[in-house]
Amino acid sequence: MAVIETRNLTKIYRVARKAPGWLGSLRHFFRREVQDIVAVRDLTFTIEGGEVVGFLGPNGAGKTTTLKMLTGLIHPTSGEVRVAGFSPWKRETAFLRNISLVMGQKQQLIWDLPALDSLRINAVVYGLEETTFRHRVAELSELLEIQHILNQPVRKLSLGERMKAELLAALLHFPRILFLDEPTLGLDVNAQAAIRQFLRAYNERYGATMILTSHYMADISALCERVILIHQGTVWYDGPLSGLLEKFAPYREIRVEFHQPIARENLQRFGEVERVEGRRAHLIVRRKDVTDVVAQMLRNFPVMDLTIQDPPIEEIIRRVFALPGHSPVP
Amino acid sequence: MKRWIRTLRTFLGVYYAYMLEYRSEIYLWALAGVFPFILMGVWIRAAESGHFGWEPVRFARYFFAVYLTRQLTVVWVIYEFEETVLKGTLSFYLLQPVPVVLRFLSSHLSERLARLPFMLALTLFFFLLYPRAFWIPDPRHILSFLILVTLAFGLRFLIQYTLSMLAFWTERAASVDEFFFLAYLFLSGMIAPLDVFPEGLRRFLMWTPFPYMLYTPARALMGGTVPWNQVLPVIALWGLFFWGLYRILWTRGLRHYSGMGA
Repeated sequence: MAVIETRNLTKIYRVARKAPGWLGSLRHFFRREVQDIVAVRDLTFTIEGGEVVGFLGPNGAGKTTTLKMLTGLIHPTSGEVRVAGFSPWKRETAFLRNISLVMGQKQQLIWDLPALDSLRINAVVYGLEETTFRHRVAELSELLEIQHILNQPVRKLSLGERMKAELLAALLHFPRILFLDEPTLGLDVNAQAAIRQFLRAYNERYGATMILTSHYMADISALCERVILIHQGTVWYDGPLSGLLEKFAPYREIRVEFHQPIARENLQRFGEVERVEGRRAHLIVRRKDVTDVVAQMLRNFPVMDLTIQDPPIEEIIRRVFALPGHSPVP
Repeated sequence: MKRWIRTLRTFLGVYYAYMLEYRSEIYLWALAGVFPFILMGVWIRAAESGHFGWEPVRFARYFFAVYLTRQLTVVWVIYEFEETVLKGTLSFYLLQPVPVVLRFLSSHLSERLARLPFMLALTLFFFLLYPRAFWIPDPRHILSFLILVTLAFGLRFLIQYTLSMLAFWTERAASVDEFFFLAYLFLSGMIAPLDVFPEGLRRFLMWTPFPYMLYTPARALMGGTVPWNQVLPVIALWGLFFWGLYRILWTRGLRHYSGMGA
């Protein structure tokens, strides 16, 4: 059953325009010029209950604007949106009890108090009984492995601990739909992995629907089976992640370190040489050729270290939009 | 009802803990609120000339009562609201099923509790310095004072919260309140008791919200007659006016809100 439905969802921001310099300021003071910026245009998609969907797109593509409309933070300019059967922008209590938003670059916990104080506020806000509250804090803090930090002021926590506490606060009322905007932003590799693992466990255990935006490919590939690629406010791709990679990024990145510097010319026959810095080189190789290329390199060069990875999402996206003839899905 | 009491108790408890973290800052604010005592010195000196119909000790009590009223009704919600809009943290509040104002109201009420010990200490200090002004108000006057102070706080909070809504359109909503504060400064009785104003002006001012924020509660504590049949309707009318304005601005503001920085 569809939990989220949008049809021709559009958001246009009206932004003031001002020429630089004092003359521009003066002119702007007397004659204010505004410009309409289309952030999202005719967005149509459906998300089923329990799905984990990744929103992809370059900065300014309209991902966060879409999330804001789905949560009811901003009003759509036109089009329709239904989340859990509600019009989000009406912010009805029953709707708000069903959702939660986590923003990697924002915090809801009170900075100078222990996280437990903010959790107590959330408990009464969502009408949780004391016993339910304690039970949920114990359960979620164990999953997140943060039982020991809940009594410390939030300002004293590391970024990773803070993000985990933010997740606990956002999930205390067990929302059916979770919106995650860059939840692993700025975290180290271990903290990122822990957050991903927790989100996967939460989705499996409670069947929650999750919508995620992230710049980290690892977040998307670890959590999302389906991705929606948004660019210039419209959907360019909607389907399985594997389909996106095959369609738009049929290559992988090989990072190799040699015992001694190797000339760029000697590497070019293996694929696109992205960078050569001393003994290190980055190559872009077609997915189907990766095994052969690695075998040949190991055979022909004194390789010290070698890693194979997917290129960063930004890189994939850059290539998608650089491909000729690509346009949004009909 | 039970749920609301629990909600309010939790909010007040948590925000009280939060305010205690900032106690030294609160004490500095409270100290900055001794402005009425400075004016008291000026007016006592002026009263010695016998031109104003009030004894110096009466001026002292009036400005002391103004000080107490100010301490109990100080409001800064516009600065808090502006910050939450600009930083985008309002988004979290909007997504919770309780009125957004509850957080701001809780922080104000808890701050009052945190400020209380310092306020009492300053009161003691005042009467040690100026023992002639000491008096014990009649319990009925204290009751009137408390009712009027509560109404004054409510009205001041509502007006400033309404002005806060401008933060949806401008990044400097607080500057509008600074303009409002100018009127408040001169017309509320902070600079001078309204009794020394010309009769016509005083009558006119009693139809504005300003005297009810300082002058009326202060006079009630001093034992002055409270014209309840005027006080209550005027406060109710201004309250209704600003409530209506707040609802309009809130609804339109939310349509304009873009969740900045979020």
